[in-house]
Amino acid sequence: MPVARAQALVPGLVIADADPHGDAAGLHRLALWASQRFSPVVAADPPDGLVIDTTGADHLHGGEPAMLEALVGRLAASGVEARAAVADTWGAAHAAARFAIRPSGPTILVVPPGRTAPFLRGLPVAALRLEPDLVEGLRTLGLERIGELMDRPRAPLALRFGPMPALRLDQALGAVAEPVDPVRSPDPVEARRVFGEPIAAAETIARNIGKLVAALCAGLAQRGLGARRLDLVFQRVDGTPQNVRVGTARPVRDPARLTRLLCEKIDTVDPGHGIEVMTLTAIVAEPLAASQTVSPLAEETEPDISGLIDVLANRVGAHRLYRFAPVASEVPERSVARVPPLAPAADDGASGWRADWPRPPRLLSPPEPIETMALLPDHPPVWFAWRGVRRRVRRADGPERIHAEWWKRDAELTAVRDYFRVEDEAGGRYWIYRAGDGEHAETGSQRWFLHGIFA
Amino acid sequence: MPQSPARPPAHLAVATLRERIRRFEGGAARARAVLPFGVAAIDGRLPGGGLALGCLHEMAGGGNGAVDGAAAALFAAGIAARTTGKVLWCVTRQDLFAPALAQAGLRADRVIHAEAGDEKDLLACFEEGLRHGGLGAVVAEVSRLPMTASRRLQLAAESSGTIGLAVRRWRRPAEAAGYAQPTASVTRWRISMLPSAPLPVPGVGRARWRLELVRCRAGETAVFEVEACDVEGRIAVPAEVAHGPLQEEGRGRSAAA
Repeated sequence: MPVARAQALVPGLVIADADPHGDAAGLHRLALWASQRFSPVVAADPPDGLVIDTTGADHLHGGEPAMLEALVGRLAASGVEARAAVADTWGAAHAAARFAIRPSGPTILVVPPGRTAPFLRGLPVAALRLEPDLVEGLRTLGLERIGELMDRPRAPLALRFGPMPALRLDQALGAVAEPVDPVRSPDPVEARRVFGEPIAAAETIARNIGKLVAALCAGLAQRGLGARRLDLVFQRVDGTPQNVRVGTARPVRDPARLTRLLCEKIDTVDPGHGIEVMTLTAIVAEPLAASQTVSPLAEETEPDISGLIDVLANRVGAHRLYRFAPVASEVPERSVARVPPLAPAADDGASGWRADWPRPPRLLSPPEPIETMALLPDHPPVWFAWRGVRRRVRRADGPERIHAEWWKRDAELTAVRDYFRVEDEAGGRYWIYRAGDGEHAETGSQRWFLHGIFA
Repeated sequence: MPQSPARPPAHLAVATLRERIRRFEGGAARARAVLPFGVAAIDGRLPGGGLALGCLHEMAGGGNGAVDGAAAALFAAGIAARTTGKVLWCVTRQDLFAPALAQAGLRADRVIHAEAGDEKDLLACFEEGLRHGGLGAVVAEVSRLPMTASRRLQLAAESSGTIGLAVRRWRRPAEAAGYAQPTASVTRWRISMLPSAPLPVPGVGRARWRLELVRCRAGETAVFEVEACDVEGRIAVPAEVAHGPLQEEGRGRSAAA
């Protein structure tokens, strides 16, 4: 029915554009996921299902009903509603999952082995994976159920409708084999070196790392990929593996950079009595197309620091390398957020920090309580004591009132902070605040804290 | 009696001596680029007329500033803001407040912060950043800077032409005596807080610092009284208050009362 009619029937209808390619890609990913968990033979059954050949795999999950429960449960946990059925053949399972499971009852169905034919009898003809016009034609002839189709002679049907109904029926009953073509995850690019004499010296390891990286980069170049994460596994003489992992922020195919990242981690490897096999795998690889660099004569380009970021990230950890970005919040400790160092800068210049009120270079986290004496409500303190030292306030600026964010927590509904910038006799400048406006008790505890140190 | 050859004039002799010393110092005797402060009194004291790029410079706070390092950090931010390119800021404990750096001219999207686990990793990151050559400046908050480490950093800075700023800060004021240890940095500064610029109304004016050039290679020490960084990272010499005597400095009253 047209969209307009549907919208008229159901007010507030949510409409989204159909994305058949996205759906097919998602189904492929789901098939890959299932192939790692339930059975190696999994294929997508478009448009909305998977077919899994669980011959010999069901006992690992505790029987067929338990396996189906686990499958449906895992999918439900990810927000995917599914129905699952297991039968002797692909056709019978397809029919069972789509036409034999009632929406109100259990979402799984196990067709007992050998009982396929009686089970299929009662299902409608559309369950046989036939084209819609074929199904219409069969229904015009009065053939509604598969059972009626099974009792009919084949030759007149084949004359009228072609070979498909008979073929599908035979496939569903198991008379004709229908193997499942499993999805295959693409093999990661790998390079391997086996040593006749076990090696242990650091220079030898470094030299062989260089050769492995060269081979790996050739393999990556052939597939048009760049490596994002590399695993280098050393197999020692006594059989225990040692491994080294490096990651990069952007896909990289440069042998010099990858060799350098790996060689920095040689110290963490204990060769024991010797290393027999070294295997280098690019576990995560992303497409890296050749791109034209801008000529420096034409435009000013910023130097590329992704190599430096990779080296630093592998040394201190990727989560310890960041840039600060402004967050739209008045509360000082919430107004900065950490973003990855190579993230693009926010374009809108309006989302910066305020430039009118001065901010201290050092912020104490958490703010430290201080003792003060001040005339309420708007006057800065006359003196304050911080870390045991009493300082007399010579000059002050303020108050700058910062309201708490009432939408975050109920406790912050009416809370305010009054910030003062104070300077003591020696010239030390501090950022102190009072939690509350000095007049009303519900705005805060009225206690004073030191939040930052100015320059 | 044979006539003795005419002696060359004194300034020519000094110039040839300088040339020979420069050749002895090794490396290319190229003219180093400098980053001037824009203040004639300070630039006149520094060799080359400004902070030498491609060198290591140290700065520390005086008094309480040795522990919190607020003025030293803002001083370094002002210098880094006037370079071009990205800035790497390495720390062991992160307590910087980025809006203050932005108010000194160092925009947040220019600075990459690295939090190293210990001093050894911190110095290694400092050296990596200097050696890369693609950054505008590298700042690191170190507490211990041994001589060999500072020499490596100076060589790394010379090889790439990036300015290296070591902000020294210590955990306890007693450890601040470590600033007396010699290092290979080209200049060493100490920044102490002074009372801010007096305003005709109650309030805190522009911050003032006592900037001490504690050590300068091929130069002399000096002390300056300057006003802190403005929005572009420039420091200034305070202008004399020309009109009328200052009013009594009483207790500060809030300006918005």
